[in-house]
Amino acid sequence: MSIKKIHKEQPETFQFNDKSMEAANKIVSNYPDGKQQSAVMALLYIAQRQNDNWIPLQAMKYIAKFLDMPYIKVYEVATFYSMYNLSPVGKYFFQVCTTTPCMLRGAYDLVKVCKKKISDKENMLSDDGKISWMEVECLGACVNAPMMQVNEDYYEDLNDKKLEEIIDTIYQNKTPKPGSYSGRINTEPVNNRKTLLGNKNA
Amino acid sequence: MLKDEDRIFQNLYNDSGADIESAKLRNDWKETKEILEKGREWIINEVKSSELRGRGGAGFPTGLKWSFAPKEVGSRPHYLVINADESEPGTCKDRDILRFEPHKLIEGCLIASYAVNAHKCYIYIRGEYFNEGQKLQTAIDEAYKNNLIGKNALNSGWDLDIYIHYGAGAYICGEETALLESLEGKKGQPRLKPPFPALIGLYGCPTIINNVETVAAVPTILRRGAKWFSSLGRAKNTGTKIYCISGNVNNPCNVEEEMGVPLKELIETHAGGVIGGWDNLKAVIPGGSSMPMLPKEICDNMKMDFDACVENKTGLGTAGIVVINNDQDIIKCMARIARFYKHESCGQCTPCREGSGWMWRMLERMAAGEATPDEVDMLFDVTKQIEGHTICAFGEGSSWPVQGLIRHFKDEILERNKFDPVVKKQKNIPYLVDQHLLEKENA
Repeated sequence: MSIKKIHKEQPETFQFNDKSMEAANKIVSNYPDGKQQSAVMALLYIAQRQNDNWIPLQAMKYIAKFLDMPYIKVYEVATFYSMYNLSPVGKYFFQVCTTTPCMLRGAYDLVKVCKKKISDKENMLSDDGKISWMEVECLGACVNAPMMQVNEDYYEDLNDKKLEEIIDTIYQNKTPKPGSYSGRINTEPVNNRKTLLGNKNA
Repeated sequence: MLKDEDRIFQNLYNDSGADIESAKLRNDWKETKEILEKGREWIINEVKSSELRGRGGAGFPTGLKWSFAPKEVGSRPHYLVINADESEPGTCKDRDILRFEPHKLIEGCLIASYAVNAHKCYIYIRGEYFNEGQKLQTAIDEAYKNNLIGKNALNSGWDLDIYIHYGAGAYICGEETALLESLEGKKGQPRLKPPFPALIGLYGCPTIINNVETVAAVPTILRRGAKWFSSLGRAKNTGTKIYCISGNVNNPCNVEEEMGVPLKELIETHAGGVIGGWDNLKAVIPGGSSMPMLPKEICDNMKMDFDACVENKTGLGTAGIVVINNDQDIIKCMARIARFYKHESCGQCTPCREGSGWMWRMLERMAAGEATPDEVDMLFDVTKQIEGHTICAFGEGSSWPVQGLIRHFKDEILERNKFDPVVKKQKNIPYLVDQHLLEKENA
């Protein structure tokens, strides 16, 4: 359970646009009649995408009405789960995993680079306002450690130099290529594969 | 080493693509209809006699779990829920199944839902795996198009709808009842058991919850026979398992191996050995961060299956092997794991909510050498007060690893934390200060 700060400056209104509305209706239809509350997590996520990667309070109220459930229940969900941003984050939102398997392989070197090249503190925007970063708990790509997530993409097998390159690429208005940065395919052992070789050579 | 033909997940490294044509070349969806035609009893008995145990961590026999679902559908519909909320540090096996072997999972869902009388299946994927979820959705769409699932799937007369539900970054939602709460659109706080989900689960209806790897293995087991599966490994610990080897090894990787494979063989053969050689090994966490770590002496001859791990006072868990070598500070590693648990505690039960923070802060001070020798016993006492006093197994999951550290590395902690403030007034020790005040600089 994480502590979350609600952003001080809140927009006055929020409404789904057509694209979000279509997605929301589709999600609600996934659940049995009368159980539309199940869709609240997905709807918060849709709202977050529509609103530059953060959720204003008005969006929670709007979703509460949309799903016919109490506002406080939506608020509860939005503050419980760590992936909902309740304050603005950078357009490129770096989440660096620092849990033990990543730590063992140098995740704190990545944190140092973030501090140097993005901002001194977590959740602070970089000078040009494009990037923000934070430390997060295990992202589930431990054999590709150290790794980080930028918006939806995983960047794996990093080190400080490679991360600096990634950040520079973004400052140059280009999107870096997601995936492994050590040249290996997915989760196979580098240069040491002993299994399923028939498939590899097929 | 396990023969390649005996590996269930042939596309673990995505050599041949995850789409339906490639999947069919790997024998997915082959004779699925015939399997369904053999009936529920046969499927459940076959899974039972294969002795397949759940791959999500607890190792509960899958066939037995399925047999708990009511035989006849009453007034309430049955549900099948797949737990793909893989968040245990050290574990990343389900991710590869979701992105590279989605058809095995979908086929498994069809068979499992038929066996437990469910027409709806929800797959709960952790929110961070957005891209993996999209790949699975593509595979689900392919399956609908080919009438493999949906109305009258495979012309077997069985209807099945599969939906994906994304989580949003809460470790606790991997606990089955917290997962159900989350699916119902609430905070992910575990429920009391009993009633067990098999009778009262999602929306109060009978619900069977299985891990991704378990369900994805079922079609292959039924095609090749329970005998084949149970011939691998040893009794009660049969079959194959995907091991994730991470940490201080030369080539961290995922690999599918036979149950009961020696830990040393896994690390040396597949992961290229410990960095600095086997003698540089300090400790191994064998089953994801919730399982107590083992020192080198035990690792030398350790076999990796459920019962062998229990004999060594640890657990196979999810088989996420984290290797720690002598270059690392073992207390610091444990403190970081404790911080993970402090962050992820759902806050429902006081012993866990408060205790996980205590453990973290005490360990941080022990890593810095600021604790007193007495505190080691105090820390052990704290873990004992969490364990068994919480609604879900998170209490055990957070306190067992700390107990493991104290069990095997107590000398090292004492070595570093020597001074006694009562005897020598050395430092202004935070020992007597309100613990919460210390949190500020770390939070």
